[in-house]
Amino acid sequence: MNSLTTYLFIAALLFSIGIFGLFQRRTLIGMLIAIELMLNGASINFMAFNRFLAPDPIVGQIYTLFIMGIAAAETAIALSIILALFRSIRSINIERARELRG
Amino acid sequence: MNPIQSLVAPDMIAQVGFAVVVTLTFTGALIAVLPRSILYNVLGLALGLTGVAGIFLYLGSPFIALMELLIYVGAICISIVFAIMLSRPLHLSLPKRYLPKVGLALGVGLLVFFILSAIIAKTPWQPAPARSSDWSVETLGRYLLTRYDLVFEAISLVLLVAILGAIIISGYARRRPS
Repeated sequence: MNSLTTYLFIAALLFSIGIFGLFQRRTLIGMLIAIELMLNGASINFMAFNRFLAPDPIVGQIYTLFIMGIAAAETAIALSIILALFRSIRSINIERARELRG
Repeated sequence: MNPIQSLVAPDMIAQVGFAVVVTLTFTGALIAVLPRSILYNVLGLALGLTGVAGIFLYLGSPFIALMELLIYVGAICISIVFAIMLSRPLHLSLPKRYLPKVGLALGVGLLVFFILSAIIAKTPWQPAPARSSDWSVETLGRYLLTRYDLVFEAISLVLLVAILGAIIISGYARRRPS
């Protein structure tokens, strides 16, 4: 509970679950959820280094905040793309999205 | 010393809490990945992110834990739920699952995990020689407005562009005759 490697292993496991989900899913929203899990693994890494190694314990928190901002922007864009794609191909299965034309 | 502390040691409570938080995280992550219904996936994601917020609490930052709850659980999960609800009832038609694809994905995930854990186990982690112990939100705010000012403004701009882009993309798709 109070060692760096515990948190790093938790973060690595979360990241790996995210990668597994990203490759295994066939729906776009499922892949988006997997990407969120991977981003959270990265955040835990930043916070763990911040807690145990960094000279200044503010910097890691600021980086984690920025990761959250990027994740929010990414979700907004991805959901609008998914909605637009859903209107044109009537499905969120990526294997039916065979053309890039809008 | 209050009566609860005399019954159970505070250290043990902390360890049990940590185990609960980690279990919550991984249960949520597995629910977010494994079931085929998207609605279950989103609820699992919310559960797992609540656990991650608890881990942040154990890493000594209540502010980031609250932000995690607010942004991830409160905003991102809910907007995904809205996107699901606004489209057709997708949860009625479950997509089929190819076993070779799942197996390959499991292989890649395990490979990444083993590589990462080998790196974690082999690296000799050295803490910085002089570490300050200033964790307060006040200092965080001061850093955001002085030293990380440019990054702060850049991320605000990114969020603005993302909102505008989301509106334009979904609005454009609606006007297009299909």
